[in-house]
Amino acid sequence: MPNLKDLKNRIESVKSTRKITKAMQMVAAAKLRRAQEAAEESRPYTKRFNAVMAGLAASVGGSDSAPLLLRGTGSDQTHLLVVMTSERGLCGGFNSSIAKLARQKAEELKAAGKTVKILTVGKKGRDSLKRDLGDCYVGHVDLSEVKRVGYVNAQDIAQDVLGRFDAGEFDVATLFYSQFVNVVSQIPTAQQIIPASFEANEGESDGAVYDYEPSEEAILADLLPRGVATQIFAALLENGASEQGARMSAMDNATRNAGDMIDKLTIEFNRSRQAVITNELIEIISGAEAL
Amino acid sequence: MADTMQFDLVSPERSLASLQVTAVQIPGADGDMTAMPMHAPTITTLRPGLLRVESPEGNSDYVVSGGFAEIGSEGLSVLAEKAIPVTEMTRDHLDELIEAARAAQAAAHETKEEHHTLVDDATKLLADMEALGEHINL
Repeated sequence: MPNLKDLKNRIESVKSTRKITKAMQMVAAAKLRRAQEAAEESRPYTKRFNAVMAGLAASVGGSDSAPLLLRGTGSDQTHLLVVMTSERGLCGGFNSSIAKLARQKAEELKAAGKTVKILTVGKKGRDSLKRDLGDCYVGHVDLSEVKRVGYVNAQDIAQDVLGRFDAGEFDVATLFYSQFVNVVSQIPTAQQIIPASFEANEGESDGAVYDYEPSEEAILADLLPRGVATQIFAALLENGASEQGARMSAMDNATRNAGDMIDKLTIEFNRSRQAVITNELIEIISGAEAL
Repeated sequence: MADTMQFDLVSPERSLASLQVTAVQIPGADGDMTAMPMHAPTITTLRPGLLRVESPEGNSDYVVSGGFAEIGSEGLSVLAEKAIPVTEMTRDHLDELIEAARAAQAAAHETKEEHHTLVDDATKLLADMEALGEHINL
């Protein structure tokens, strides 16, 4: 039977753990609200950008003079996987599910005889992917110093990716991040960013024929790199909201589990205290009887 | 004929303005242009510069850089990578723009002689940015 003092210490320690997880849950809830607002704010930009790009891509896309970013290099031999995860842990299965998706994809590609390169954003994904796919690992973007993800961060990542594309290091780039559905569900998603594909929103264009200044090709060439940054930015925000959502539900669970554990330990503590008292009584009574 | 049109100014991080305007002066890549209601549908890329908005409620200026403007049948939307209301503009923001212009100029200089226009463009951009600073008293 565990001794009373130990049990008491145990209960105290679980109680302080519960306080911490509760606090983390509340912090995550506040951060989630901010992250969702940020994602919300960026939506009009992304939506309009994609609408214009879809129109441009549709009119120029078919020709041979279309920029490489749009029509691709013509091969799909080398794939770059950009894996976005969080900088911090304690957020349930968030990081591992993204890493798992990326790993599956990498193995699929490898089995098909393709070359795979991996660029990670966020410390957690780097740690787990480097272990399994260390030979494919080409770079890492560190965001641990960044308090609030801004468009500048997305631009930096985009520049890194585009630099590698211009240097001919890869043919196809895919983004891995987690899509925020709600607090309890985040869906790990793979999205191809190079060659770019834009979904035209049917029925939204007013059918107007635009004048282009300078030319359509020039605008497209100017906007495609920005499109990559925009998509990365959207993914970063989506990922940020997912991370906080995942952390919130993970910490909610942890708090509940700590509560259950405290109840169990308290019952055990009371039982053993009762046992000690009973023991003492037996000793006294048997001592008195012996007299 | 309508006197006003819908104008939206959005950056990736937030939406800055959405209102009815009478005219907007846009720093287009091929030169400044002013969009008024019933303008022909046009898409133009932006160069860094001043976006001047005239509305019945008064005028407002924004410093924009990178992105494009879309003039459609319903109105005008400007998507700028960076957009700052002139009233919130600080020396630091301007320095950033000047720094970017300087870097572009240096990069243009490194390319070979045949790209005269490239160097000229970058030099002009740098001068523009400095003039912009004087214009808004920084």
